[in-house]
Amino acid sequence: MNAYVKIKGLTRIFDVSKPWLNRLVERRSKAFLTAVSEVDLQIEERTTYALVGESGSGKSTIGRMLVGLLSPTKGEVEIEGVNLATETDVAKIASVRSNIQMIFQDPFASLNPRWRVRDIIVEPVASKGEDTNGLAERLLEQVGLHPGDAGKFPHEFSGGQRQRICIARALASNPRLIVCDEPTSALDVSVQAQVLNLMSDLKDDLGLTYLLITHDLTVVRHMADRIGVLYLGRLVEEADPKSLFETPKHPYTQMLLEAAPRMDGFGREVDPPQGEIPDPIDPPKGCAFHPRCPIATDICRQERPQSRRVGDALVACHLAE
Amino acid sequence: MSEPVLSVRDLSVEIPTRAGIVKPVDGVSYDISKGEILGVVGESGAGKSMAGNAVIGLLSPPAHISGGEIWLNGKRIDHLQGEAMRRLRGKDIGMVFQDPLTSLNPLLTIGDQLSETIQTHLPIGRREAEKRAIAALDEVGIPGAADRIDSYPHEFSGGMRQRVVIALALCAEPSLVIADEPTTALDVSVQAQIIALLRSLCRDRGTAVMLITHDMGVIAEAADRVAVMYAGRLAELDTVRDVLTRPQHPYTDGLMASTPLASQGQTRLHQIPGSMPRLTQMPDGCAFHPRCPYAQDKCRSAPHPTIDGGRAACWYPLLQEAAE
Repeated sequence: MNAYVKIKGLTRIFDVSKPWLNRLVERRSKAFLTAVSEVDLQIEERTTYALVGESGSGKSTIGRMLVGLLSPTKGEVEIEGVNLATETDVAKIASVRSNIQMIFQDPFASLNPRWRVRDIIVEPVASKGEDTNGLAERLLEQVGLHPGDAGKFPHEFSGGQRQRICIARALASNPRLIVCDEPTSALDVSVQAQVLNLMSDLKDDLGLTYLLITHDLTVVRHMADRIGVLYLGRLVEEADPKSLFETPKHPYTQMLLEAAPRMDGFGREVDPPQGEIPDPIDPPKGCAFHPRCPIATDICRQERPQSRRVGDALVACHLAE
Repeated sequence: MSEPVLSVRDLSVEIPTRAGIVKPVDGVSYDISKGEILGVVGESGAGKSMAGNAVIGLLSPPAHISGGEIWLNGKRIDHLQGEAMRRLRGKDIGMVFQDPLTSLNPLLTIGDQLSETIQTHLPIGRREAEKRAIAALDEVGIPGAADRIDSYPHEFSGGMRQRVVIALALCAEPSLVIADEPTTALDVSVQAQIIALLRSLCRDRGTAVMLITHDMGVIAEAADRVAVMYAGRLAELDTVRDVLTRPQHPYTDGLMASTPLASQGQTRLHQIPGSMPRLTQMPDGCAFHPRCPYAQDKCRSAPHPTIDGGRAACWYPLLQEAAE
């Protein structure tokens, strides 16, 4: 086992200021939103690493930085031992980049409605000028569609079938890492099961590595080998599924698991979690979770906790044990 | 049990299209009693929202009710038109939609929107209406209600906005609330808050709630009884515990098994082969038979099975022996 992806101190800050004239007239200063703040993580080869968090926790931003759709403000992304921010050898960067693909959430928005399925699928290969003869048909068969579908347009397919087309496109260039950003959130339960099974099969057959980004804890538990929980752009806990779901260490993880609806929770009376995610433009001092944390003490309000090992997990909390 | 608040009998909705008449809702019957939460669950296109919209008279033409009866508090309401229906909406039936941002007017303060609704339906003055509005916001757990009454919807977070929408649905004290995917757009922690709120309001006021969602977990926690819909027809209807733990309809069974929650520890999820039939190409007999592992000849020929006193609309319900 060696780490395929190494992320160190990854930070992304967005400038969300109003235009300069508005700032002048309204006497406002610039505003910055820290979407991702000093995240460290490693993804082992041939495993599924899942990032979970609520909206605004920065999980998609990390995925986008990994595939190169966004550049990090600070920190390093190292893939196959190549640091993409500092590497100067263009050929090396190109070869690493072609090993990374992405699947997006909405299969209705991520396929060009004017292109035939064949052209959509082979595009990652065709853009490099390589031979694409029969490629689309072979991939369609691999993802469980009919090879004859290659001549159709995306609107002729249902949501689940479209997501299969997206997967076929992601597989076209023989990638080693696929970043899946909420791949099944737009799908119905029975279709979600089909797509998740397909993803597991492909992982085993092709030796893929997944970064799975989702808010759905049940999907994570089923798919992941390692899970990172994000809160307000910070990695608060990292563990394998068993220890995360059975003995969550961070108070936020505990709250999240408690609040998630359960199949066997008939008439369950839960104390719903208090409060909401704070404004990321002006995050709380110290630990970002302290205003909602039931066990917060003075040190939590003052000092940002560093990640430390507790049992099998890495936890960023002063008090977890 | 006393007379149900809402009683839907054999309701059908039709849409004439170029490809012929399609039936997004086909012969659906259910009751909701006072203080009860009925969960309506199904995949997209199962007709669950369409059935809710039919009750509140919000079908957009050319969709129309083509058969059946809807009774609310002993009055038949499926014939009501225009003004009569408008008076019913908000007063007797409240509605909570999925997206709280699009169901509030961005140009009016939430106080104005609440007072307008209250004054439309109750014979009280502006001052009194405002007082009621503050009380309503207080009840749904908005902190500092008196100060927030002059805020605009954009000044609230998603969860707070959904609370405002719930306050709006409840302010004229309706006897029935239809909540169409009320938590789908919200985060897990906020979702738990909204479910707890709906449940406590339902219990305290005796409001009947029709909770439409695709999330089995939400149903399990919030609902008393659940109606499972498939291709416009009811597949199964009973108490949540019975339907979820001992499903009798093969579709419910497959649906339960394919949720990652239910198949913990297994490497593969259960798969229902194929997908829901298009309404223009409904199979003969039971709509589920092309995907059903237990289908037999009787399932393939008309007429299709109905619930009819039993629990599941299936000729060969599962677990019959176990139940007896």
